[in-house]
Amino acid sequence: MLKRTEDNFTRNSMFILSILVSSLVVIIGLGLFLKSRFILEQVSFKELFFLIKWQPQAGSFGFKPFILGTIWVTLVAITFAVPASIFSAIYLSEYASAKFRNSLKPVLDLLAGISPVIFGVFGVLAIVPFVGNYVLPFAIKFLHFIPLLDTSNFTGFSIFTAGIVLAMMIFPIITQVAEEVIRNTPQEMRDSLLALGATRWEVVKCIVFKKAGAGIIAAIILGLSRAFGETIAVLMVVGNVVQLPKSVLDAGYTLPALIANNYGEMMSIPLYDSALMLAALILLLVTVAFNILAWGILLRIERQYV
Amino acid sequence: MSKIKKRILEEKLFKLLSLVFFVTVAMLFIFMLGVIFVKGVKGLNLETLTQAPKCGYYSGALGGGILNAILGSLYLSVAATILAGLISIPVVLYLNVYLRKDSKFATFIRFSFDVLWGVPSIVYGAFGFMVMIFLHARASLLAGIIVIAFLELPIISRVADGILKMVPKELKEISLSLGATQWQTAIRVVLKQAFPGILTALLIGFGRGVGDAAAVMFTAGYTDSLPSSLLRPVATLPLAIFFQLGTPFPELQQKGYTSALILMLVILFISILSRSLTKVFQKNLLR
Repeated sequence: MLKRTEDNFTRNSMFILSILVSSLVVIIGLGLFLKSRFILEQVSFKELFFLIKWQPQAGSFGFKPFILGTIWVTLVAITFAVPASIFSAIYLSEYASAKFRNSLKPVLDLLAGISPVIFGVFGVLAIVPFVGNYVLPFAIKFLHFIPLLDTSNFTGFSIFTAGIVLAMMIFPIITQVAEEVIRNTPQEMRDSLLALGATRWEVVKCIVFKKAGAGIIAAIILGLSRAFGETIAVLMVVGNVVQLPKSVLDAGYTLPALIANNYGEMMSIPLYDSALMLAALILLLVTVAFNILAWGILLRIERQYV
Repeated sequence: MSKIKKRILEEKLFKLLSLVFFVTVAMLFIFMLGVIFVKGVKGLNLETLTQAPKCGYYSGALGGGILNAILGSLYLSVAATILAGLISIPVVLYLNVYLRKDSKFATFIRFSFDVLWGVPSIVYGAFGFMVMIFLHARASLLAGIIVIAFLELPIISRVADGILKMVPKELKEISLSLGATQWQTAIRVVLKQAFPGILTALLIGFGRGVGDAAAVMFTAGYTDSLPSSLLRPVATLPLAIFFQLGTPFPELQQKGYTSALILMLVILFISILSRSLTKVFQKNLLR
């Protein structure tokens, strides 16, 4: 009898614990919404998202520079990371030997676990000087006719730099997931195509991209979401200048960096705390949406093969 | 003939392309580890490892070390990992022992872990800060522990879930058929089998917690003194790196590089340890 009571008790408490854990996202979202409600009521939607004036002391909160900054940084990161990680995943799954592939998996795990702040340090030590001393002068001298590369920025702290650092950060994540979905495509199909005389690349083109395409997109979305919310690594190299970015070599400012830089003074200015919580809410909503999307895609693939 | 040549050329081109991408990225990462190592190893000495900063980090005297951040990170992450483990291991056991494999509820819980995993750490930090303002609490070790525990929760749960899924279901069935309750089966059979794997999950969570800066920035604060109380602010390695690099003093920046090296070595060590524990788990697993 006692055994059964114990079993029921543990079962019920585990059930309640599971419910609590799974409602955590909703609780966080609700909390942030309750706090950001004040600014949503008092400042018009248009001013918040379409005007560029950011002067909390004067009561103007235009998120546009930060939202655009975040999007730009994420896009630069994706531009670098996607070809690098997809081709690396193809190399690992199609061309490399099984032994090499298996010995590299823990390395990818390790790289995915490296602290963002270490990427930030590397950015400050290597990528900022590289961009400042080589990329920037080169772009100003030879490429200034391309609007995207024309800038008056004279330091290496830029959207471009942050994009490279982020690309390195999300590379292991995209590669891991992409490699896994590519490996999960049926080996029989590959074998039969190879037996018919197709080259490895033709197998990739005809089978891998078709069968694993959705999974690769899910991998990219996961990387995108990680890049979108990254704080400290971006904060250290992006320059933190409130302006509408016109060129990838301009300095920028992102939503996470905005929160991280201003939490200290936000209590002294009215509505400031509410504005920062709105920024956090935007980050939460966007990353949750990305993750739900990727999750849906990956779940459908899993069902297909099991 | 020319068509064949074209196909072979295309094959060679793309093989080369994927190799080039792979090698470039590999070199970049090796370069990164090298830079961190070379820069950090210069300031690595006993004083750095065993002393707290002598003076405030903005004042002239720059002696002392980074023991405040090392100890702070250690206390904070260890406590957070234990707390997160206490919450996530029962949930994961519930998913794998009590619920059926095709249970909708289990899928929903796993889904919410995935979503939680994707939430940026700055959002955890901002939410934690908001709750602290609501409770009129100051930045403290305790607040940092709670926020980092929530950050680690989905990571530990996902990894532990993957481990428990590998425990053969016959084992559970044998235990249940011998008259054990589900709770006894969960604790004495499944958890015992998966123990090294669970440790791996905790270690991976610890690694993530020890490296995070954005979540502790608001909640654990920063201090130059050694951690003394749960209710006082505490320094952490990532924040120490961030602040020290932001100062104009080369000596302090050097300390930042050294802190980065220490943090990297910690993460490297944890990664290797968790790897070997996974091997133990796979070897011991009854099949």
